[in-house]
Amino acid sequence: MTLVAQSVEQPPRTKRRSPLAETWDNLRKSWAGMVGLTLIVLHILIATTSPVWIPRDPLEMNAKIRTQAPSAEHLMGTDKLGRDVFSRSMVGGRVTMVVTLIAISIAVVWGGLLGIVLGLVNGRADELIMRFVDALLSIPWLLIILLIVSVLGTKMWVQALTFGFTYGILTVRVARAATLDFVTSEFVLAARARGERKRTIVIKELIPNVRDVLLVDGAMNWSWMLLGFTSLSFLGFGVTPPTPDWGFMIAKNREILGVQPWAVFGPVVMLGTLIIGINLFADAFAKALGLDRSQGAPV
Amino acid sequence: MSDCLVDVRELTIGYYNQKGTLVLVLQGVNLEVKPGETLGLVGESGCGKSTLGQAMMGYLRSGSQVLGGSVKFADHDMFALNNRQLETIRGRQIALIPQNAGDALTPTLRVGNQIIEAIELNADLSGAAAKNRMLELLAQVHLPHPDVMANRYPHELSGGQQQRAVIAMALAAEPYMLILDEPTTGLDVTTQAHILNLLRDIVADLGTAMMYISHDLGVIARVSDRIALMYAGEIVEDTNVAEMFKSPAHPYARGLLESIPRLNLAGIPNSMPGQPPIPGTLPGCSFAPRCSFISEICRSKSPPFTSIPGPPHRVRCDNWEKVLAIDFSQELQQVFRTIEHTTEDEPAIELSGLEITYHRSGFMERIRSIPEPPATVSDITLSVKRGETLALVGESGSGKTTIVRTISGLLPAKRGSIQFEDCDLTVEVDQRPMELCRHVQLIFQNPDASLNPRHTVAEILDQPLKLYFPDMTHDERRARQIELLERVRLEGRYRLRYPGQMSGGEKQRVAIARAFAADPEVVLCDEVTSALDVSVQAAVLDLLADLQRERNTTYIFIAHDLAVVRAIADRVAVLYQGRLCEVGTVDEIYSPPYHPYTETLLGAVLVPDPDHEPKLLASDTPELAPPAKGCAFQRRCPYCMPDLCVEEIPPWQFPESDDGHKIRCHIPINELLVDQKAAF
Repeated sequence: MTLVAQSVEQPPRTKRRSPLAETWDNLRKSWAGMVGLTLIVLHILIATTSPVWIPRDPLEMNAKIRTQAPSAEHLMGTDKLGRDVFSRSMVGGRVTMVVTLIAISIAVVWGGLLGIVLGLVNGRADELIMRFVDALLSIPWLLIILLIVSVLGTKMWVQALTFGFTYGILTVRVARAATLDFVTSEFVLAARARGERKRTIVIKELIPNVRDVLLVDGAMNWSWMLLGFTSLSFLGFGVTPPTPDWGFMIAKNREILGVQPWAVFGPVVMLGTLIIGINLFADAFAKALGLDRSQGAPV
Repeated sequence: MSDCLVDVRELTIGYYNQKGTLVLVLQGVNLEVKPGETLGLVGESGCGKSTLGQAMMGYLRSGSQVLGGSVKFADHDMFALNNRQLETIRGRQIALIPQNAGDALTPTLRVGNQIIEAIELNADLSGAAAKNRMLELLAQVHLPHPDVMANRYPHELSGGQQQRAVIAMALAAEPYMLILDEPTTGLDVTTQAHILNLLRDIVADLGTAMMYISHDLGVIARVSDRIALMYAGEIVEDTNVAEMFKSPAHPYARGLLESIPRLNLAGIPNSMPGQPPIPGTLPGCSFAPRCSFISEICRSKSPPFTSIPGPPHRVRCDNWEKVLAIDFSQELQQVFRTIEHTTEDEPAIELSGLEITYHRSGFMERIRSIPEPPATVSDITLSVKRGETLALVGESGSGKTTIVRTISGLLPAKRGSIQFEDCDLTVEVDQRPMELCRHVQLIFQNPDASLNPRHTVAEILDQPLKLYFPDMTHDERRARQIELLERVRLEGRYRLRYPGQMSGGEKQRVAIARAFAADPEVVLCDEVTSALDVSVQAAVLDLLADLQRERNTTYIFIAHDLAVVRAIADRVAVLYQGRLCEVGTVDEIYSPPYHPYTETLLGAVLVPDPDHEPKLLASDTPELAPPAKGCAFQRRCPYCMPDLCVEEIPPWQFPESDDGHKIRCHIPINELLVDQKAAF
């Protein structure tokens, strides 16, 4: 008995850690989360630095070496126009990542804010806007994006705004649902009874509590958006050729899949590792924050 | 088979926390339960009583492990058995009745079928025999119309009825022992009294042993033969009911009993300083830091579980002789403290003809002119004087919270007015001038929910300061935060804590400090102590009374616990279904003549005295809506007169010459008085 009692120590009560540090501690313990984070960081490094170290100019065509298998000179071989697949795969994510990262920020901000405000007012305006949101969601997203892009052109800012708007619609629902859990809670009632303005309630009481849900949702949506943007490129509405891009590379090289599979595998592996990385990270991130993704609210 | 049904020996249970250190939950617990005995296991939250209850069924929470000792149930070593062997014991020989019956029932299955499942599994009956047994069980737990009830889904039953259904399920195999983990916590007093009576009857009829786990000594006094008191993972005292309440030998037992508000004693009870330690972290006695009988040995050596001569009585204290030398009943009389405060004659808050409804007439209802249902709260005329504490009392659904939320402007009033001094409070909060908002502050029941988990205490206290005193500088606010924390008896260093890093009592103090940061005239307290442990409750009541005296603050105090109301209120308003039944000073309310509903409530209160027998006047059948006409209490009133009470709203009657005490009843005061004096 006494042996057991002595081995116990009072938990250190003086040392306080910020919630951020605690989240990081939890995240670090997750093996999958760290693999995901490594993959994401690796991709960001490749995207930012690759133009400096890639072995070949990704735009350089050479009719003599078309559709070649991997060799010491061309690690992943060459495509139909004799361009180096490895170099193109490395730089092929640059535009995609920039556009989707801007777009996801737009989506989280506008979708999150609208959702939180709708959850707070929760009246006729909420009812009306949510039905409109439902209506938008019933249209296939690719159709909306193709429509906007074909009217406004394939400029990067148009694509970023289009994706930000379209994916923000999903975020509205998530943010509203998360907010509804807190709107009836006593600390929001206390703020309302105090006479706080709606703006203060949103900023001080709601955003700090809904933030985690939005961050995780944003991370997940990023991976969906990458797939979406790649699809757009595949259809020829994404990146303007000849700028290398994963989706476009897959589209152009699928004809030579039987002869030079690396021309397709290169971009597929890059896209795949990034998306897997984001998913692993988002799951671990949610757990580290104490969220259950299946419920979308703190447990 | 030995003469003990349950034999817990030196049981130590603990778990490893995230940092890998061992945290004990139970340390060296010894407990026996004899067949047919009812044992009350008492202790405050976190003392390990639920863990002990579960361990008796051979169950451990995930992550926990048995570090020493054993649990024997009917000579089976519960932690040596495999799952299949445990299945033959659990449910058949020993059954658990959990706190929240609503969670224990499957929402998608009819109640009858769920009970039949338990019967088929544990009592080896099937088909028609199982069905008959189910109906028999439902009748045994006094559910009206068993055949109708069996076809209902859990959500169609009231909380009390759900608890009865769960009891029926536990009785399916007529187990040797029932373990009840706070089964009546969260139920209304009248429902609680009915359920406890039922349990007493069942245990007496079937000869079942029972271990009743509760934090409520009033409940424990009612159901148990013997009581085991737990503190910091240890059993500190174990004796029969009479000894425990008349001459407790452990200083903690005394402190706990002294901190309970009493119906028959005016004033605020004593509170215990400090908090329980984590089990096993102190070299000596766990209670030593909070003990007033402390001697040198207490700090160095853990006291043994000593037997006291006389009736079976064991106590874990070296100084029990010194403790017993002081007569407890005399000590109890002295610890209650009345805090004198002045009440001015002018009213602070005046409600007149207040009516509140949640019903919103739909378009079709208006077109077809369907009459509206009776309002949730109706005809409330009350005035609260400056510096006074008015308590609103009633069961759940009586409209207490609705009224308070309307005063604070969170809900609209349908008719009538709310007046604060010269200002109109009838409008909702967003239409009130800021100065008016400042004067009316609200404190909630559950401090876990009323403090934003993402804010530090400094940020929480800053909110009202920034809102109401925009001219304050950062340094002034900081100084004010520290001052507020000191006023609620917390140290300044609490500023940097998050709510998750504080105990329930500390959190409630922060919530109180937040309300007082506004320097308000009126504070609305919505069940502010009901989520707290008794020893903490006494301290919070004491704090509220002190704060009131300093600033002459007016309180409107909601509580369902009539003893708490007795401790803190000056005047009381009794509500039933959103209608006033009786208004008067505390002394007037707590002595005859009563309104029949007040009499019902007072009769059902369980006091920490084993000789007290609750008086059950009315049924505990809940009502979902007030009646369309006549007296609100007509359907449950034991004295209801068929025509008069059903048809006409009763008049106010005034037992005294002045209009301070008023009772809304058709029965003449004299008749009420004669009946009630005879009964009490």
